[in-house]
Amino acid sequence: MSILETIVEARRRGDFDILTEAIPYARYLGITAAMTDDRLISSLAYSPRNLGNPALPALHGGVVGAFLELAATFELLWHLECLTIPKTVNVSIDYLRPAGPATSHARGIITRYGRRVVNVRVAAWQEDEARPIAQGHAHFLIVPPD
Amino acid sequence: MQDERGQTDVMREVFGQPVAHIRELGIRIEARLPRGVVMRLPYREELVGNPDSGVLHGGAVTTLVDSASGFAAMAALPEPGPVATLDLRIDYLRPAVAGEDLLVRADCYRLTKRIAFVRAEAYQRSPEDPVAAAMGTFMITGTVMTKDTVMTKDTVMTTGTAPGRPDDGAAPPKAGRAEEGGA
Repeated sequence: MSILETIVEARRRGDFDILTEAIPYARYLGITAAMTDDRLISSLAYSPRNLGNPALPALHGGVVGAFLELAATFELLWHLECLTIPKTVNVSIDYLRPAGPATSHARGIITRYGRRVVNVRVAAWQEDEARPIAQGHAHFLIVPPD
Repeated sequence: MQDERGQTDVMREVFGQPVAHIRELGIRIEARLPRGVVMRLPYREELVGNPDSGVLHGGAVTTLVDSASGFAAMAALPEPGPVATLDLRIDYLRPAVAGEDLLVRADCYRLTKRIAFVRAEAYQRSPEDPVAAAMGTFMITGTVMTKDTVMTKDTVMTTGTAPGRPDDGAAPPKAGRAEEGGA
């Protein structure tokens, strides 16, 4: 199955597992996505191999950044009829708290979408959504449906 | 093996003990620069974002940028010490070429008492043809490692570029942090 077919199938089934499984990097980091109370929530399972600071310990900032970018992408794939994985134009990430050895969650919110470029805000948290570990925003180039 | 030696250098020079994610990815130092570093991320299929194209996911670029920029900030300090990423912004200038390693050149171009400002470019064949451009700021977290561990200059440095403030207590107001930058 091509990635496009996978995206269509994931949306049809309402099941993101086949998509996160199809993206090697999401699988590698341990990222999944699922609908929870009508919101698409991405989750990053804790793994010691994702640590960037062994002293605290805390997840590597790059892993947190990648998680935000993937969560934003999933939100786009869910809500827009993308014909492929959206291309990231840029990402901006604020790191707010150390990401400890626990499961992390993230949710993207589409702030604005034009015909070609979409802006997404995204935040990640662990125990408490009101205490985010990181937040960011990103622009994506999308291929609109015919 | 060059690969192993490179990794060991990263651990010894910066982290003092293995940093799991850097070792996992096989990130290694390619060159030291007066104000920064060049690091290499070997291409791996597990890091691909779009299986149809085989191109590395942007998140892998973010990880290499954060690692190299954090290293540049730490190395710029009068006595190398821990830093925490405050923010990072990355522009993806063109798609990476599938199957090729990624390099990042990070330059700590401004250092204040509390904040390090770092520019970085990611590239593959030539630094003149970058894949991504990035700007990051890092807080110099000083000697306090954790709530119960205090590092002196004689202690092995054990912190990396993981995000956030290690004291994770009452965060100072944003304006206060901006002033700390002293830029």
